[in-house]
Amino acid sequence: MTPDAEALAKAAGGTGRAPLAADAPEMDLFTGLTRLGDNTLILGHRVSEWCGHSPVLEEDIALANMALDLIGQTQFWLGLAGEVEGQGRDADALAFRRDAWDFHNLLLVERPNGDFGQTLMRQFLFDAWHAPMLKALEGSSDARIAEIAVKAGKEVAYHIERSADLVIRLGDGTEESHARMQKALDRLWGFTGEMFIGDAVDARLAEAGIMPAPESLRAAWDETVNHVLAEATLTRPDGTFAHQGGKQGRHSEHMGHMLAPMQWLQRAYPDAKW
Amino acid sequence: MSNEWPLWEVFIRGQHGLNHRHVGSLHAPDSELAMRHARDVYTRRNEGVSIWVVPSSEITASAPSDKGPMFEPSNAKVYRHPTFYDIPDEVGHM
Repeated sequence: MTPDAEALAKAAGGTGRAPLAADAPEMDLFTGLTRLGDNTLILGHRVSEWCGHSPVLEEDIALANMALDLIGQTQFWLGLAGEVEGQGRDADALAFRRDAWDFHNLLLVERPNGDFGQTLMRQFLFDAWHAPMLKALEGSSDARIAEIAVKAGKEVAYHIERSADLVIRLGDGTEESHARMQKALDRLWGFTGEMFIGDAVDARLAEAGIMPAPESLRAAWDETVNHVLAEATLTRPDGTFAHQGGKQGRHSEHMGHMLAPMQWLQRAYPDAKW
Repeated sequence: MSNEWPLWEVFIRGQHGLNHRHVGSLHAPDSELAMRHARDVYTRRNEGVSIWVVPSSEITASAPSDKGPMFEPSNAKVYRHPTFYDIPDEVGHM
């Protein structure tokens, strides 16, 4: 007699659903959703590291607001990912109980904050991708994704307005601010290409009309970036080399150092509440 | 500090309020950023539907030391309050 997997799982306190097969469509969806949610989680946490350390109070609060926006979006994306996975993991479980290799964020968002200029440049380069990404997701064939994208899109419209304005002001500012912004741009440039390189999962999600193909976002990003960099009197680097791997779980050495302070409480005191 | 950004006064009209009310001040290099900072600092909890920012230096304020001559003369002049009229019921709430 074949054992009833569902009954066995229920008896063991499980959810009654077998783990997703590697080639199940839900597995692609889960991966796609964690890519979105991990981007906002990791960048949100990075930005939150400025809390209490910003150059001026007004920027401190503005950065904290943006970090909270991103963490809020994470709750939606990872919450939905957990639902799709069906193994009883919620957004918190996915955020705090996974190890570095299970995160699917872009390498760009895990880059350390550096100085204020580097933080702003990273934000701008990400926002210029994030806005058209959400715009495309508004037309997703999955209504749950479209709904989250509409809500997040309003927040991100403000993020890009703010980060583009500050990149222009600092790029076209003093000699020192210009030099710092150019240096930040040169340093981060190699991490932007990954946003537009798709893999098999991306291709299947695009085929199903669930998420846009990464390559399709390039033109909008180029347009924003070229326009803002020109106004900021910054020079767009020539390099086309792209560091890759974040989306597939291969992260830089910075990831573990970031996750340790972020996750230690839930790791040390699982299910702690306050 | 001389290299600090200038000070701005922030006025916000709330969800159901008719008037802008002074809510506080902040530092910003120009009006555009003052507006953005006001949004970030003072409307985080969905407080407002409209913001005014005004350079603090543009506000002419009465001096605290002039309090006596400025305000005391209007003290105890009850006849300046329009409370001695009978308002017909038909007027309703004024």
